[in-house]
Amino acid sequence: MGDYMVLIVSSMLINNIVLAQYLGICPFIGTSKKMETATGMAGAVVFVMTLAAIITWCIDTYFLKTLDIEYLRTIAFILVIASLVQFVEMFLKKSIPALYAGLGIFLPLITTNCSVMGVCLINIQEEYTFLEALTSSIAYALGFGLALILFAGVRERVILGRVPKPLQDTSIGLVTAGMLALAFIGFKGLV
Amino acid sequence: MAKTIGQEFVKGLWEEIPPFRLVLGLCPTLAVTKSVENGIGMGLATTFVLVCANLLVSILSGIIPSKIRIACFIIIIATFVTVVELMMQAYAYQLFQNLGIFIPLIVVNCIVLGRAEAFASKNKVIPSFADGLGIGVGFTLSLTAISAVRECLGNGTLLGYSIFGPAFEPFSFMVEAPGAFICLGLLLCIMNLVGQK
Repeated sequence: MGDYMVLIVSSMLINNIVLAQYLGICPFIGTSKKMETATGMAGAVVFVMTLAAIITWCIDTYFLKTLDIEYLRTIAFILVIASLVQFVEMFLKKSIPALYAGLGIFLPLITTNCSVMGVCLINIQEEYTFLEALTSSIAYALGFGLALILFAGVRERVILGRVPKPLQDTSIGLVTAGMLALAFIGFKGLV
Repeated sequence: MAKTIGQEFVKGLWEEIPPFRLVLGLCPTLAVTKSVENGIGMGLATTFVLVCANLLVSILSGIIPSKIRIACFIIIIATFVTVVELMMQAYAYQLFQNLGIFIPLIVVNCIVLGRAEAFASKNKVIPSFADGLGIGVGFTLSLTAISAVRECLGNGTLLGYSIFGPAFEPFSFMVEAPGAFICLGLLLCIMNLVGQK
């Protein structure tokens, strides 16, 4: 159990997917202007990332490794993720319309969210077992959500301030993200 | 209005230079720019994928049904990324190790898909080639610029050579994640300042 706790803390806080691993920066900057879009995106990512990590782990272990065609990993993973996103979108639209209304517009954007693909690849690189891969991907996804929601909160305040013209928008956003990343470096001593 | 091939190439170098003007592909920009060598390597790899994907997409754009075009583009891009991955493994193993996970992640670099969708699928082969090359070279230049700033301040070196002498105390902050964000933010601010005039 202790090992899993360490895994959760390190995936969520210390190696935070956005602020320490530099993955998923585009949606991080793009959807953080309002709290609502940030929470929507965070929810969609948690959902898709967990599913994608489980499926790609199984495909890699039972299919690519047994057939010795690991060099096709990139193509296989991106296809899985792209079709999974489509499938999830159709499934939610039919069976859980309430959830679809909440996540709707953010789902297609996830295909090009590199954090999803990144987590799938990290799971393979670190040679996690199935349970470890599952735990770490949920923790990574929660870490993404945490960073995104915190960042959206900060950004909503920054808009109210008087920012010099050349620094406005993305520029001040990146500097703010830098400050947030600095705060997350503080977690390094945890484990 | 038709642009000449030269103009298609040049617009990638200033007018639409990624990642400053098109705020796309930020992840590799931030992650690999710890040293100039990595920055240039990543830039060249992305340029190769961009040019090849643009070429193939513009050749095939008549055949690909528009409903499933995004999926087709992604497969084309993934194929070239695999080519780059295998080539780097064979000829530049050290660089391959340094860039690590970010080589396969070129697939989800929004710049590549963005150019295929916005430009190559609507234009002929030669302009698409020029566009891919221009954006790719622009991307390489920006990566080089960002990594030069970060390597200078963070390590006191440039391409591995010491430039400030032994008395310089490196800001290790600059090679860590926060430095990457702040450095890119400030460079973007400088670009905006210059662009205003």
